[in-house]
Amino acid sequence: MTIDETPSSAGSRPGTRHELERYAELFASRTQVMKSSAMRDLMAITARPEVISLAGGLPDTSTFPRETFDALMGDIGRRELARALQYGPTEGIGEVQACITEVMAAEGMRVAPEDVLVTTGGQQVIDLVCKTLIDPGDVIIAEAPTYPGAVPVFSSYQAEVVQIELDADGMRIDVLEAELARLDAEGRRPKFIYVIPSFQNPAGVTLAVDRRRRLVQIARERELLILEDNPYGLLRYEGRPHPTLWALDDGEYVIYLGTFSKILSPGLRVGWTVAPRPVLEKMNLGKQAADLCSSTLTQVFVSSFFAAGGWQAYLASLITLYRGRRDVMMEALAEHFPPEATWTRPEGGLFVWATLPDYIDTTDLLARALRENVAFVPGRAAYLDGRGGSSLRLNFSGVDETAIREGVRRIGEVVREQVSLYSTLTGAVPAPVPADRGAAAADVVDLGARRAQSA
Amino acid sequence: MRVAVLKGGRSLERQVSLRSGAQVEDALARLGHEAVPIDVGASFVRRVREVEPDVAFIVLHGTDGEDGSVQELLDVMGIPYTGSRPAACRRCWNKIDAKLEMRRAGLPTPDFAWFSRTAFAELGAGDALDAAAERLGMPLVVKPARQGSSLGVRFVAAPAELPGALVSAFAYDSSVLLETFVAGRELAVSIVDGEPLPVVEAIPLDAGAYDFEARYEIGRTRFECPADLDLADAARARDVALKAWQTLDCEGLARVDLLLDPAAGDVTVLEVNVVPGMTETSLLPQAADAAGIPFDALVGRLLASAANS
Repeated sequence: MTIDETPSSAGSRPGTRHELERYAELFASRTQVMKSSAMRDLMAITARPEVISLAGGLPDTSTFPRETFDALMGDIGRRELARALQYGPTEGIGEVQACITEVMAAEGMRVAPEDVLVTTGGQQVIDLVCKTLIDPGDVIIAEAPTYPGAVPVFSSYQAEVVQIELDADGMRIDVLEAELARLDAEGRRPKFIYVIPSFQNPAGVTLAVDRRRRLVQIARERELLILEDNPYGLLRYEGRPHPTLWALDDGEYVIYLGTFSKILSPGLRVGWTVAPRPVLEKMNLGKQAADLCSSTLTQVFVSSFFAAGGWQAYLASLITLYRGRRDVMMEALAEHFPPEATWTRPEGGLFVWATLPDYIDTTDLLARALRENVAFVPGRAAYLDGRGGSSLRLNFSGVDETAIREGVRRIGEVVREQVSLYSTLTGAVPAPVPADRGAAAADVVDLGARRAQSA
Repeated sequence: MRVAVLKGGRSLERQVSLRSGAQVEDALARLGHEAVPIDVGASFVRRVREVEPDVAFIVLHGTDGEDGSVQELLDVMGIPYTGSRPAACRRCWNKIDAKLEMRRAGLPTPDFAWFSRTAFAELGAGDALDAAAERLGMPLVVKPARQGSSLGVRFVAAPAELPGALVSAFAYDSSVLLETFVAGRELAVSIVDGEPLPVVEAIPLDAGAYDFEARYEIGRTRFECPADLDLADAARARDVALKAWQTLDCEGLARVDLLLDPAAGDVTVLEVNVVPGMTETSLLPQAADAAGIPFDALVGRLLASAANS
């Protein structure tokens, strides 16, 4: 056994100066909530080449045509090299702002280019919103489960996060209202509601239209901001698109977060936000302090790609590819997961959220699964309050269909092993396979039986 | 000397091992040795033969480095190495074997019962769980027999929690033990070449729920070195630790984890780690530092004792 990285603080004696101790004196108090954990060390192992990783949130960038890339980069080199290598405006170069209005129009949003702030990935929007709005102890409302990558951002701004459970139609608005009333009674007002309405990460569910309307109405009534994180909205594989919260609200109380990461490439690190003007101005100042501007080179790449036409054709090719992979994952889950498991059936996006019997801890399951060279994200990563221990997130966009089938088969095997062991230990009889297995899985999904509580 | 630093590997403790290895390599370089890092994997033997080290410095945590496998291979290749021989490694790595051995020698270790996966599948061991739980009493602790860094270790407050805890522990190993929970101060005594170093105490910062992962997370446990103990308790802890080291036939270095019942002054042994963490902030280097042995000197000493063995 090893116990690693153990800074002693109050108890340190003169004369024993260790590296971490020496710097620890200098660390800001917010770093105390930035944790290194066993789970993080486990996740590091998932990067081994022999591991089939259903853990990442990766789009399949191998689909981007090399000839297109060569042509675009060659063209940039010939025509715009000096500019591409130069600093740019904080709000982003004008052509990219125009491309962004085109992408937003594809989801029914009409926005002026000058109302767009280009950011370094969508992740920077979450950071800038917190930087703009959050003092230590302020309340943020988020979904339960929420995007695991937002958790360290909220933590580093020392926010208190109240997570609202989801069902197959997204955030439970009745639970949200109850929590808002509870906070009211405590004299506290949340700064913003963080929500991923379409093909939610990690749950894969989509916020129903009537709930979208009600959510926007609540924000107006209470004068709360909503941070609408919409990286996957255009990656819809079936069904009719829903209006975005921003469109329903006309941008009055909604801060919109978009990104090229999932429809083009995450390596470009180009995202954006559209926000109420006073908020946008503060975020612009925050961005100046953070990085002056996002990469001009990659912005020029995006605008050249759009100028050449064909972004929609590329998007269509991704939709076809990912729809097939989702279908394969649905089939594989139905075939290999035991009857005790439930999972969501996403109409788009990149993720499936599976929930196992509550006696299975998916962090421990990951340790076991890694011995079979397969990985997923344990559900606890998506909560700030320790919930999610029996759930897991599976990605279907990053690996091919053969790997999805094999990965799900291996995970199913270790889950079955644990279910069978538990039955042996308790004398419980394993559940029978339901007749309509797979088809109705979305109806039986339970995303958080326990009541939402503050972090 | 040319020193192969064996680190990394495929275990769940790979990251910790890489950090330990980096520290040791730096120290070896400062001492004027040629440090050759080897990330232990399928080509391990071939790599060692290419490198032709004078000594192997083992900071490989987890199965291969701690269960004696790597040590046995080094014996076969005739290369001296730091730490214990294969037989001692095997005993210490398997907590069941280590506790059986300590109990046989009359050393205090919390009462326990152990079960293999096949005993549940083929011998109906599930029906004996109640009896085991009753004998050990609640609360108890469930542990995988062979796993480090507190992974899979569960605190069980009520019998209903036991099956779930066993499922978790079996995720890491095919054998698990149920151990009586001993409330007390958590101590660690590191031993170098048979010399016990000052006692370190692990003090969890969150009161309330007992969470083993807290011991692994930065900022959730405070470590005090030397521990604030009265002289008799400190002497007893070091004495019991040394007896455990002798009983299990350890060599070179080890860290012995102990519990001290503050009321009665009793010390019990939980486990012995033959490849303890070697980052500058790990417990063994901290204890050595408190004994006036800086990190580089510690590394030099371990190297010398390996080369002379």
